[in-house]
Amino acid sequence: MKNLKYNDTQLSKELLSEIKEISLSLGDVTIMEFCGTHTHSIFRYGIRDILPKNITMLSGPGCPVCVTDNRDIDYFLALAEMPNTIIATFGDMIKVPGSSKSLQDIKAEGKDIRIVYSCMSALEIAEQNPKKNVIFLGVGFETTAPTVAGAIIEAKKRGMDNFFVYSMHKLTPPAMKSILELGEVKLNGILGPGHVSTVIGSDAWIFLPEGYKIPIAIAGFEIIDILLGIKALLRMIKDNTPAVVNTYIRTVKPKGNKLAQDVMYEVFEVTDSYWRGLGRLPESGLKIRDKYEDFDAKKKFLVNTSEISENRFCKCGEVIRGVISPLECPLFKDVCNPSNPIGPCMVSSEGTCNAYYLYGARL
Amino acid sequence: MKEKRITLAYGSGGRLTHQLIKDIFVKHLDNEILSQMNDSAVFALNGHLAFTTDSYVVSPIFFPGGDIGKLAVNGTVNDLAMVGAEPLYISLSIIIEEGLLFEELERIVLSIKEAAEESGVRVVTGDTKVVENGKADKIFINTSGIGIVPDGIDIRGDKAKPEEVIIINGTVGDHGIAILSARKDLSFSADIKSDTAPLNRLVKKMIEAVPEISVLRDPTRGGLATTLNEIAQASNVGIEVEESEIPIRDSVKNACELLGIDPLYIANEGKLVAVVSKDKADLLLKVMRSSPYGEKAKIIGRITREHPGKVVLITRLGAKRLLDMLSGDPLPRIC
Repeated sequence: MKNLKYNDTQLSKELLSEIKEISLSLGDVTIMEFCGTHTHSIFRYGIRDILPKNITMLSGPGCPVCVTDNRDIDYFLALAEMPNTIIATFGDMIKVPGSSKSLQDIKAEGKDIRIVYSCMSALEIAEQNPKKNVIFLGVGFETTAPTVAGAIIEAKKRGMDNFFVYSMHKLTPPAMKSILELGEVKLNGILGPGHVSTVIGSDAWIFLPEGYKIPIAIAGFEIIDILLGIKALLRMIKDNTPAVVNTYIRTVKPKGNKLAQDVMYEVFEVTDSYWRGLGRLPESGLKIRDKYEDFDAKKKFLVNTSEISENRFCKCGEVIRGVISPLECPLFKDVCNPSNPIGPCMVSSEGTCNAYYLYGARL
Repeated sequence: MKEKRITLAYGSGGRLTHQLIKDIFVKHLDNEILSQMNDSAVFALNGHLAFTTDSYVVSPIFFPGGDIGKLAVNGTVNDLAMVGAEPLYISLSIIIEEGLLFEELERIVLSIKEAAEESGVRVVTGDTKVVENGKADKIFINTSGIGIVPDGIDIRGDKAKPEEVIIINGTVGDHGIAILSARKDLSFSADIKSDTAPLNRLVKKMIEAVPEISVLRDPTRGGLATTLNEIAQASNVGIEVEESEIPIRDSVKNACELLGIDPLYIANEGKLVAVVSKDKADLLLKVMRSSPYGEKAKIIGRITREHPGKVVLITRLGAKRLLDMLSGDPLPRIC
């Protein structure tokens, strides 16, 4: 495996010419890349610009920070203002604006906000600060949730009473389903998320070809991975044979990672969840089971949040659904940019607006 | 001694301060100017002076490939070298958070000594303050430096001209990723080391061979992408770089992918970008490659008339995309 070059230039160019050839016999095709990491890779490698003109890549809702609803953001901001509290969070969340401020603002006011790269680090912070309540902001899809669940199990094992998780975890298939049900965008194929599928398995996407007649190709994140995925999709579109094709076989298995799923469902149960741009989606989120409720920040800390206020010009919701491109948002670039983000899609390293801002500028 | 910590009393200016200076700073950094212990260092200089200052707040203070002391010397030496100056003297101003171990301070000062010897600069003046716990983070260092620019050398950011080529002296991204890997909450302990190094000896060889080098810059904070943008804007020229030509270690590349950050925006501490005319490029490359600080030197791009002020990256697929400046701060306190 190690010797394979997933960004080999020659192989990429060959794949590209195969893609061009298949697309000659196709009309206009729209493919949604579900995952924000795909969006960024596609931009970084310049894939959008070199695809045939009749192939359009549309960015989907696969950015966990972006789809976090404002009521969650306001809630954890209120948690961060509590005395005797340390908030541990992934870096992306720091700058996400709530109704009136962001964690970054609260940090500057003197509250203890720490960036961590895993939930286990938050657990360690809790051990080192036994007199403080440490709240980890659990944001992420099926990829992240098992690691958070693992940390909660560990906290229980250690008998900790100052470690909590505010769970905003979300499940990806319901979001995909919702976009298709809304029918605002016409999709011919879906580039499936590589990391998420590693956990949930490629079989989790069978509902796409079976229920919606839409092909999905699960892909990795290197140039060759992405081009392989696009090629597989175009082939299925051309032959009208929608199916789940796994082009990321080096990590994705049909049933996924059973161990990760077991850990995840040991701690979490499926619940309805609010998504930015998509609203309340049934059975689309993860909440902490009663068995582990001692670690549930939602149950432990009840805080008041004032009414949600959002910049009415912010089009994050539409961007998440793929209805508009960030370039069509009136705030894009001049008002909303990574230094002064108005919506989370500009903040997150997986956000579509962020990708357009970093890589999408034209000469 | 091993567990002995620095307390506020060591910053009082009294006996303990003097003892600290004597036992640690003068002991390791001694030279005839410093040992005079006057309020100012006095020395004579001739020629065009270059003068620069920088503060170092890196966290953690020890990291693979270096520490805050080495960084504080090399960073200032490199700022002088980037205008072609020969670095001579630096100041050393230290703010210590009470509780720092003596042993840690001594390690840092020994590292400063080593770095100063490597580059040939001398620490000629200094200051030490101690602040309460929580008012600083272990240790902050400021260094200022003075150097002399040789006659006939005029290296500036605004001198890049179309048709010139862009050379880098080695791999990018090493320092930033080394810092990240050393932060406690990140445990990929790949074989990544900071590239912190003094570049003045390399630059000396370069300007001796090719005195007409147009631009030298060290891509520190903001990384290579930001430095190229600075050159494009200052010189009002376009820049094109080839993604496939930019040297990046596989381990750095992998770590970047894992973290979702772009190596072109990551700080370097031992790298320089040189802009030089095409016909001098081969000579310059040869000279650079003969130095331990430039073994992997290579051409990564060129200056263009088109799109002045902008940097274009040609991806491995041949697509062109704009390479913007860093916005936001993905990795705080990297130096």
